[in-house]
Order: sequence, then structure tokens, then C-alpha cells
Amino acid sequence: MSLDIVLILLIDGLSTGAIYLLAGLGFVLVFSVTRVIFIPSGDIAAFAALTLAAFQSRTVPGSIWLVAAMAVLACLAECVTLVRNGSARRLPHAIFFYAVLPLIPCIAGLAIAKQDVPEILRIAITMALILPMGVLIDRLTLRPLATSSTLILFIVAIAVHFLIAGIGLIVFGPEGVRTNPILDGVASLPGGVVVPAQQILMMIVALLLSLVFYLFFGRSITGKALRATASNRVGARLMGIRPERAAAAAYLIASGLAAIVGILIAPVTTMYYDSGFMIGLKASVGAIIGGMASYPITAIGSVFIGILESGASFVASDYKEIIIFSVVIPVLIWRSFAVHRDGDEEIEELA
Amino acid sequence: MSAALLSLEGVHVAYGKVEAVRGVTLKLDEGQITTVIGANGAGKTTLLSAAAGLLPWSGRAQYRGQDLSRMTVEDRVERGFCLVPEQRALFGDMPVLDNLLLGAFVRRHDKAFVRKSLDAVFEQFPRLAERQTQLAQTLSGGERQMLAIGRALMSQPRLLLLDEPSLGLAPTIVRDVLKRVRGLRDQGVSILLVEQNARAALDVADYAYVMDTGEFVLEGAATDMANDERVMATYLGGRIE
Repeated sequence: MSLDIVLILLIDGLSTGAIYLLAGLGFVLVFSVTRVIFIPSGDIAAFAALTLAAFQSRTVPGSIWLVAAMAVLACLAECVTLVRNGSARRLPHAIFFYAVLPLIPCIAGLAIAKQDVPEILRIAITMALILPMGVLIDRLTLRPLATSSTLILFIVAIAVHFLIAGIGLIVFGPEGVRTNPILDGVASLPGGVVVPAQQILMMIVALLLSLVFYLFFGRSITGKALRATASNRVGARLMGIRPERAAAAAYLIASGLAAIVGILIAPVTTMYYDSGFMIGLKASVGAIIGGMASYPITAIGSVFIGILESGASFVASDYKEIIIFSVVIPVLIWRSFAVHRDGDEEIEELA
Repeated sequence: MSAALLSLEGVHVAYGKVEAVRGVTLKLDEGQITTVIGANGAGKTTLLSAAAGLLPWSGRAQYRGQDLSRMTVEDRVERGFCLVPEQRALFGDMPVLDNLLLGAFVRRHDKAFVRKSLDAVFEQFPRLAERQTQLAQTLSGGERQMLAIGRALMSQPRLLLLDEPSLGLAPTIVRDVLKRVRGLRDQGVSILLVEQNARAALDVADYAYVMDTGEFVLEGAATDMANDERVMATYLGGRIE
């Protein structure tokens, strides 16, 4: 294997790893705050790609109707809960959050779908449309079970994945799509190696978002409140941090990351209605390396998986998936030996 | 009853079919330390957790004249009703300073308030100021207790529920912690103190309830209770004459 090939594989692996990194951070965030292994995040990524592709082909993406229906249902569910709990004074807030905010990009999407608008506007509306999906999925399916065991939440998350993917088949059809590159052109590296600008963009976005993530969780009180909920749920509640709001923030961020993943990957990979599952599954390997808890180790793990995939594709293409998922076994064995328990972390939810 | 800061009337708490608290009635006046003493397993922690909204309960309960039955834990915190649980429930993987700042989460938008609260907590617990960059999980038992109380004080509560603050602490540190609890009362914070260490609790409290197998079996002024033969016999080392 020549140095050129190594370099090409490395860059390919880094850009793939950048995608897994973004998806992996979302996995860790949602799991640490809610104990949900959010399998549907991959589907959200696929929906973002398919939505953008629909806008680019001047058609109305089916995701608009899905998000609108979910928003109406989630708003109804929240209003019924509030009235039952005697918190009717919060109804305007619930209507604004669960119905008005998600419906704005739906309307904007309908308005621009068949128009000739700048690419950046299409991307922005796609982002805004996909952003509430995680929160709406949570409100409709996972929140009512929030105090259930991790296993039940996992089973529900898998069921939601199949549901969303099934809806994806209905609203987008079985055809694969590729979107236009966000950045055209190539960059030439020493030694004659050429790198598509889109791959460089993927790496830069992942780096920048990692930095934003670091600053958000390290500096902002909202980020710290999310970490506190992950660290000790009862303790967080006793500080007035509402778990359902922490969960909503986690799902919002995870959906945002998934939408960025979908938009970044669609110009370089053909996306189908069910492509998100495999992306999510591979990203989860990075998150497992990070123990579903550590953001830095997840980032390193995700990049490692990206490079491993790239190398495996070249050396033993047929065994690529086997090699990647085999990593989980030694990692879990290592993790099981490295488990460190602290007294304060053992406090269970009392109710 | 209406003048009380906190009043519980006929409160029951059950774990499935097992009733851990059976028809308890309690009144806590503003600016007082009220203690609930009793043996391990008497139902004290269950009562406190239910009062804080962490466990489902039945009966009647009011805080500052407002019905508690429809208030969540977080609603209570917003109204100045804070629990320091037996397990401390600290954010172990976060620094002391972040733990404290999160204590003022409900007032997070008022920067001046947070700053003032932080200064007051550091003045009250200078050790926390020295340890502010240290992870909470690396603190000693006494320091953790101080952090748990300091964190609850950050939102400047009106009512503080303290569950076994002496648990796992050396006797000298217990005295120090309880001295500070009395100091909080003097600053106007009302306190509901649950303690197994009856002598220490009666030393600082104004009013006391004795709990046994889920019920209050005795109540009265703390000084009277400290001299009550039945209390002495059961909880203060059996000095019955």
C-alpha cells in the first residue's frame, strides 16, 4: 500500500469519522440525560437528506406532513396532560413550543418547495423542519414511559425507528437520492492527492461543532444543567431542573446534529429512506467506546471507527461491517473491567 | 394551621401495599427548626421525600397556604422549598463551583442574585471556597454535606428539608454541621430536620416529633422532649430513672 493510498484512506476515514462523531455526540447526550438509546436519530439524518433532495428537485417533501402531524398530536398530548395535572396556565407555552414553532418551517417549506431559491435557504429550512423531530418523537412515544427501565425504552426506540423508516418509505418512496454538494471543487494535497471540498467541509463542521459542544457544556448554565441531569437525576430535580425540559433540550440538540449529518453526507452517499439505521448503528459503536457517557472518548472512538471503516473498505470490503461491529466486543469487555462506581452516582430515582 | 409555613395533615405514603407513613400530621412555623426523630426504618426519610414531591402520597399538605398535591418537585423549588436528601445527590463529576451555581438554577437569569448567594455560601462554608475547582466526588464526607447544604442555600430557600445531615460524619463534624443549621435558622430559613441522632437534633430544634413505624408517637417543644423519659429511654441512651 503506497503512502498516497494511506493518505486517501485516512482522509476518507476522517471525514466518515466526522459524521460518526456528530451522530455519536447526539447518542451520548440523549442517553446520558434520558437513558434512551436514540436509534431513530439515524432516521432523522436520512429524513434531512431526503427532505433537502426533495427541495432541490422542486417537490414538496413528505416530511413536512409528517412533522406537521406530529406537532399537532404532540401539542394535543401535552395540552391534555397539562389540563389533567391542573397546570392549564402553561397551555399557551405548550401550544407555542409543540405546535407553533414546528409548524413555522412546515409553512416555509411549502412556500419555497417549488420556487427557485438560494441553496442556503433550502438547507436552513430543511434544518428547521427536521430540528423538532426528536422532541416530537420524545413527547409522543418516549416521555410517557420516561420512568420505565432502560430495556423498555430501548425496545420503544427500536419500534420508533421502524415506524419512522416505514413512514419514510411511504412519503419519500424507495428511490435513493444524492443532493448537490454544498461545496464544489477539490483541494490538492502534497503528493498529488486530491480531496473533495465536501469532505473537508465535513471535517471542519465536526471540529467546529465539537468546540461548540465543549463550550456549551463547559460554560453555559443550560449545558451544565443537562450534565447535572445526566450525573444525578434526583439531584437535578431538587435544583428545579425539570427532567422533561432537559430531555427536550437533549433531543433538540441530537436532532440538530442528526440533521447536519444528513445534509453533510447526502452529497457523497446515496441516501434511502432506511439509510439512517446503519449510520446510527455505526455511530453507536463510537458512543459505546465512550461508555455512552464521555464526549471526548466518543469523539476519539467515532474517528477511529471512521478510519477503520475506510481501511476495511479497501483491504476487505466484504468484511467491512463485520470488522466495525466486532470492535464492540473487546470494548465492552474492557469497559466491564474498567467500571468505576461512585457512591453518589448510585442514587436511584425515588419515584 | 393557616399560619404555618408547612402543614401536613393525615399524610400517608405507601410503597405498593406497604404503608411506610401512616396518617402523619405536622406543622412547621416560619423561622423554626422542627425535627423528626426516630429509629432507622421509622419512615422519616419517606416522609421527607414525599413532602418534597419525590414520592406519591395522600392526605392534605400546604406550603405557604398553597396546596402541595399538584406541585412538582421543581414547582416547590421555585417557591423556596428545598430538600437536601440523605444521599446528598451531588453532581459528583462536576466541580464544587458548578454544583453551587446549579443550586441557583431557578434564579439563573438574575446574575446579581447568583453572585450574592455564592458569596454568602462561601462566607458560611469557607472550605467550599477553597475547594471550588475540585470535583464533588473527591470531597470528604463533611465537605460533601456542606456542599449539599450550600447548594440548597444558593436559591435562598424559605424552607429547607434536611435528611440525616449527620449521617456518616464524625461527631465533631456533626456538631459543626448542626451549628451551621442553627445559624441558618437565625438568618430566617425555616428547617425541617430529620435525624437519627436524636440528641444532636433536639439540641438545635425548637419543636420535635418522634416517629415510630410510620406514625408520630410523641410531639412537643424540643427542650421538653430532650427531658421526656420515654424519649430518653428509647433514643437518648436509656437514661430512664
